[in-house]
Amino acid sequence: MTAPLEEPATARRVEVRKTYKLFVGGAFPRSESGRSYVVQDTAGRFLANASAASRKDARNAVQAARKAFAGWSSRTPYNRGQVLYRVAEVLEGRRAQFIDEVQRSEGVGRRQARALVNLTVDRLVWYAGWADKIGQVVGGTNPVAGPYLNFSVPEPTGVVAVLAPSGSSLLGLVSVLAPVIVTGNTVVVASSHQRPLPAITFSEVLATSDVPGGVVNVLTGPLGDTAPTLASHLDVNAVDLIGLVGDAERATELEQSAADNLKRVLRAPVREPDWARDPGLERMTAFLETKTVWHPIGV
Amino acid sequence: MAQPFDYAPAPESRSVVDIRSSYGLFIGGEFVDPVAGRSFKTLNPATEEVLAEVSDADDADVDRAVGAARRAFTRVWSRMSGRDRSKYLFRIARVLQERGRELAVLESIDNGKPIKESRDVDVPLAAQWFFYYAGWADKLDYALPGRPGPPRPLGVAGQVIPWNFPLLMLAWKIAPALACGNTVVLKPAETTPLTALLFAEICQQADLPAGVVNIVTGAGATGRALVAHEDVDKVAFTGSTDVGKSIARAVAGTRKKVTLELGGKGANIVFDDAPLDEAVEGVVNGIFFNQGQVCCAGSRLLVQESVADDVLDRLKHRMATLRVGDPLDKNTDVGAINSAEQLTRIRELSASGDSEGAERWSPPCDLPAHGFWFPPTIFTGVSQAHRIAREEIFGPVLSVLTFRTPGEAVDKANNTPFGLSVGVWSDKGSRIMGAAGRLRAGVVWANTFNRFDPGSPFGGYQESGYGREGGRHGLAAYLR
Repeated sequence: MTAPLEEPATARRVEVRKTYKLFVGGAFPRSESGRSYVVQDTAGRFLANASAASRKDARNAVQAARKAFAGWSSRTPYNRGQVLYRVAEVLEGRRAQFIDEVQRSEGVGRRQARALVNLTVDRLVWYAGWADKIGQVVGGTNPVAGPYLNFSVPEPTGVVAVLAPSGSSLLGLVSVLAPVIVTGNTVVVASSHQRPLPAITFSEVLATSDVPGGVVNVLTGPLGDTAPTLASHLDVNAVDLIGLVGDAERATELEQSAADNLKRVLRAPVREPDWARDPGLERMTAFLETKTVWHPIGV
Repeated sequence: MAQPFDYAPAPESRSVVDIRSSYGLFIGGEFVDPVAGRSFKTLNPATEEVLAEVSDADDADVDRAVGAARRAFTRVWSRMSGRDRSKYLFRIARVLQERGRELAVLESIDNGKPIKESRDVDVPLAAQWFFYYAGWADKLDYALPGRPGPPRPLGVAGQVIPWNFPLLMLAWKIAPALACGNTVVLKPAETTPLTALLFAEICQQADLPAGVVNIVTGAGATGRALVAHEDVDKVAFTGSTDVGKSIARAVAGTRKKVTLELGGKGANIVFDDAPLDEAVEGVVNGIFFNQGQVCCAGSRLLVQESVADDVLDRLKHRMATLRVGDPLDKNTDVGAINSAEQLTRIRELSASGDSEGAERWSPPCDLPAHGFWFPPTIFTGVSQAHRIAREEIFGPVLSVLTFRTPGEAVDKANNTPFGLSVGVWSDKGSRIMGAAGRLRAGVVWANTFNRFDPGSPFGGYQESGYGREGGRHGLAAYLR
């Protein structure tokens, strides 16, 4: 029997800090620009140097998301549901880490941080269950006036760019991310500029929970560099502007850019929603297309 | 060999329609003169005969119309029970049926489409659209699950519609808007305003409350004024992708809800196991129905290499039997192109097919001396890079390409920024379902083409626009 390990009593342990990088195509690269920026907690204390993603990083992320789309969108809904549930499982196991991270990023108390993390796990479980049900709720057969079988099914829009909520760094992030991917879209997320760290730590959860590389890509850094590239990119099919609450001018500019290839645009509301509320279907249906198939009936 | 049959002319009588020499704007339940007093002419595209002087609405007229719609929304329509709104819509559906012949003849005169299409497709479907949405007006609570509260109307809808199905597009727009409790200002296309103006009379006959439906005629400037008007809550547009993009830019940063039903470059995929005569019939319908002036037209034929020669032979044989000419003749298959402007565009794009190396073929046919005409045309030897394989021609021009494997067929069909419609022809169920699943388009017609129904959601992926019209999906665009 070995003796219990004893840490030296002399000094506080020097912690091993994490390098926060981007999450693109299933890997964690630094920004190709080599730039980073200082992330502080709400009291102004240094937390980390996060990667400042460039326009080129944004394009790389779109490329990765496009590459992943065919595979992810053709998974069975049951399978996508299991993958999302797996994300919830892995997140559950790392709750303590996320409670710390949310507390530091958002400046909330321990009890509040715990509630936010718990809600995040539950939100993932909620969306995981939608994978194989949304099609029945928003699709169906249509009674047409003729000898035809006619049915409508929802299909993913494609590559979706999400400007993540600026305030709610984990619950808000997951509440906008999960509804996009559960239906088969792939996504590029520009995380909260001020509070990017939970997004990167959450990427580690994604990377270890069967989500194929490229399905979710996470950028950190000033939105001024990444958002215009994402909104105008011709291989992006839709954009969620939720991160621009209170910035009507930039939201208008990006919506105008999005018109170049008729991206579906989910506009920013007047204020950031209460993420604890029942999300409804809107964040899923905003990034679904309805396909209607006809076939004659005969003998 | 002598022709086995020679068709005698069989023209539908024009006597059922009474075209006035001039028309005002329909605002607040009555016809009024435009503020600035400007007007434009609408032509019969088959003869270039001037049919009527139509008012050209400017910003002030649009403002009046939106004001009338707002008052009707606030005071009457949004307060009315769904049951009563429903009964008004049923009335309109019935009047459309009662005056069906008149509407069909007027549509063919103003638009140039064959009477058999306006009579058998446009008008009956328009009536069915009102009948269908009439039944929704008092059942909206059941239509859309998962919404935060009871469904409420948006307010005033500004609707801009194209010239290819003037009355039918009006029905697609107005019926769901009214069923949901909105009021509308609708702008018909400048070349085809007459059935919309007759519809205004139908609203009067149905005693629809004043201001619930307002019709403003005019060209692009009128449409822009309507889309930009501050008191419009909802914009619905059917038309070109370019205009759709400019509308999407114009509404950026506003609270306006938007649906756009735009262009397409639909493919008809013919597999080697398809029933070829039926497929050829579908291909002909796909591109020559309404002179190919259809957003969901099957303007690309993708035919499997092993049957390509056979299909082309049958297609040419069938095309040689198409009768091109007087839209009012009941035997006419292909009518007139809607306008000189559209004819120019069809000619220009077809010329690019020649100059880029594709081979043009048309059956022998005598085109009338006056009016706007283009013969049914196919191009073979088309590559995916050719303009005629990429751009919407919106005319009776089919680009023929070939493929070897089902995967290649799907990839080629998807190789377009559009995504409105696709046709699949095969006798093998698993092949149809496999292709239908991978095709990125809002409507997949399998072993059929160009079928429409008010219960069937219609609309595109990608640059074919967003939102759906038809079915309960079509209600979502008009509710908050």
